[in-house]
Amino acid sequence: MALAVEALEVRYGGIRAVRGVDIEVGDGEVVALLGANGAGKSSTLLAIAGAIRPYAGRVRLDGRDVTGSIPERMVRAGVAMVPETRDVFPDLTVEENLRLGAYVRRRDRADVEADRAAMFALFPRLAERAEQTAGTLSGGEQQMLVIARAMMSRPRLLLLDEPSLGLAPTIVEQIFAMIARLAATGLSILLVEQNVGKALAVADRAYVMRLGRIAAAGPARELAAAADLKEHYLGG
Amino acid sequence: MTAAIQFVIDVLSLGGAYALMALGLVIVYGILRLVNFAYGELIMAAGYTLYLVSASPLPWLVMAVLAVGAAVVTGIATDYVAFRPVRAKSVTAVLITSFAFSTLLQNAAQLLISPRPRSIPLPEVFSDTVTLFGVVTPARNLITIAAAAVLLSLFTLAMRRTVLGIAMRAAATHFTMARMLGVPANLVISTAFAISGLLAGTVALLWLGRIGTVVPRVGLEPLLIAFIATVIGGMRSLEGAVLGGFLLAFIDTALNYSLPQDLLKFRDAFTFSLVILILLWRPAGLVRGPATGQRT
Ligand SMILES: Nc1ncnc2c1ncn2[C@@H]1O[C@H](COP(=O)(O)OP(=O)(O)O)[C@@H](O)[C@H]1O
Ligand SMILES: [Mg+2]
Repeated sequence: MALAVEALEVRYGGIRAVRGVDIEVGDGEVVALLGANGAGKSSTLLAIAGAIRPYAGRVRLDGRDVTGSIPERMVRAGVAMVPETRDVFPDLTVEENLRLGAYVRRRDRADVEADRAAMFALFPRLAERAEQTAGTLSGGEQQMLVIARAMMSRPRLLLLDEPSLGLAPTIVEQIFAMIARLAATGLSILLVEQNVGKALAVADRAYVMRLGRIAAAGPARELAAAADLKEHYLGG
Repeated sequence: MTAAIQFVIDVLSLGGAYALMALGLVIVYGILRLVNFAYGELIMAAGYTLYLVSASPLPWLVMAVLAVGAAVVTGIATDYVAFRPVRAKSVTAVLITSFAFSTLLQNAAQLLISPRPRSIPLPEVFSDTVTLFGVVTPARNLITIAAAAVLLSLFTLAMRRTVLGIAMRAAATHFTMARMLGVPANLVISTAFAISGLLAGTVALLWLGRIGTVVPRVGLEPLLIAFIATVIGGMRSLEGAVLGGFLLAFIDTALNYSLPQDLLKFRDAFTFSLVILILLWRPAGLVRGPATGQRT
C-alpha cells in the first residue's frame, strides 16, 4: 500500500515536535526514517497511525485522505503500528496477544488460525511460550511478539518504531532478518531506526529527520555511502 | 459449630453483594481510570423500575429483568451524558459531570416520584428462611451467594474466553495500543458501562430486597462500599475488587459478631480504621494491577 505524508506537523502544547514533514512509501517499498533522539520520528509514526492528531498536514493511503483518523480505523484501512514502547499486554498470554492482533478480522476464524500457526512457525520462541503471560517474556521475545501481533491484522503497511532498541546483537540480527522476510512478501514498511547501518541495508529508500524536519532523503544505497551522514544528522 | 456456619454464610452473602458492587465500579475505572460517581444511581434506577412496574401483572422475574435492564441502560447513558463529551478534556471535568449526573438522577427521582421511600415488589422466596446444617438463615442470603457465584464465574469466563473480554483486559493496560490493533475505544467503554449496569442491577435486586424499599439516595451506601472495597483490593485489578469486597464483608461481619451492643453503632468507625490500617500497610491495595498504562 502506498503512503503519502504531506507537510505533517505535530505539536505537544507549545512543543513543535514535527514541523512540516513529507514522506512517501511506495507499494511494497521499505523506507527507513532515521534521526537522532528527539528528532520527531516517533511522533511522525504515531500521527500516521492515528494515535495522535496531526496539527497540520495530510496523510494519504493509496491517494485517499485519512488525516486525523482514529487508530482503529487506520488498522481497518490496512496500517499496523508497532510502537517503540513495545506495548505487549503483560497480563495476557502470548496467544491472547496474538488473538487480539487479529481483532479486525476475528470472524475469519480459519484464516486467523492459519496466520497464528504461520507466526508461531516464524517465531518458534513464541510458540514455546504461547500460554505464558507476555510480561514474563524477555525484551527480544516481546519485540517479536509485537511484530507478530501487528502482522495478525494482515496489514498492507507496517509502521515499525525502533524494533532493535535495547536488544542484544544476536536478537537484532534476527529482527532485521525478520523485517527482510516481511518485506519480501510485498508488505510496505516504514521503519524508524537508530541502527543506521542495518536499517539502510534492509531499506530501499531513507529519510533523515532532524529537529522535526526532513534533513536528507534518497536511495538507501546513496545515503549509506555518504560518510558524513552520522556526524551531520544523527548526532555522532 | 452452628455459629461458625452462620458466620460463613453471612460473610459469603454480604461479600457476594459487596464483590459485585466493587466489580461494577472497577470495570469502568480499570479502563478509563475514572471513578463513576453516578454508579450508585444505577442501583437506584433498578429500584425505581421495580417500583414503577410493581402494579403490573408481570411475574416478578420479568420485573427483575426490566430492572436490571434499566440499570444497564442508565450505565450506558452515563457514558454518553457524563463521560464521552468531556472524557478527552480533563479528569476534573469528568469528576464534575459524573457528580452532576448522579445529582440529576437523584433529583429526578425526588421530583418525579417522591423523596420518601417507595416499596418495591419482592418474590415470596425472599422472605423465606431455610435450615442449612442446622442453621436457620434467610433464603435471600443463599440466593445472594448463588447469584454472586454465577455472575462472577460468567464474568471471568467472558473476560478470558471472548475476544471482547480479552480486548477489555488489554484496554485496561494499554488503551491506545489496543486501539492500534483495531479494538474500538467506544465499544470497549460502552461495554464496560453496560457490565457495570448489569452488576449494579443484579446487586440492586438483592440489596434492596433486604429492606423492600427504594429512596432517591439509596445508591450512596453501595457506592461507598464499592469504593472502599476497590481501594482495599487495588483499584487496578478486577480480582482485587472481588477480594476487597469479601474482605470488607468479613470485617463488617466479624465486627457485628464481636462488638458489644453499645459499640455496634460505631461499627463503621471500626471498619474504616481497619481499612486505613490495610492501606498504610499496602497503599496500592492488596492486588497490584498491571504495571503500566496511562489515562485515556
Ligand atoms: N507526549 C509528549 N509530550 C510532550 N512532548 C513530547 C511528547 N512526545 C514527544 N515529545 C517531544 O517531541 C519531540 C520529538 O519526540 P519523538 O517524536 O519521540 O522523537 P524521536 O522518536 O525521533 O526520538 C521531542 O522533543 C520530545 O521531547
Ligand atoms: Mg522515538
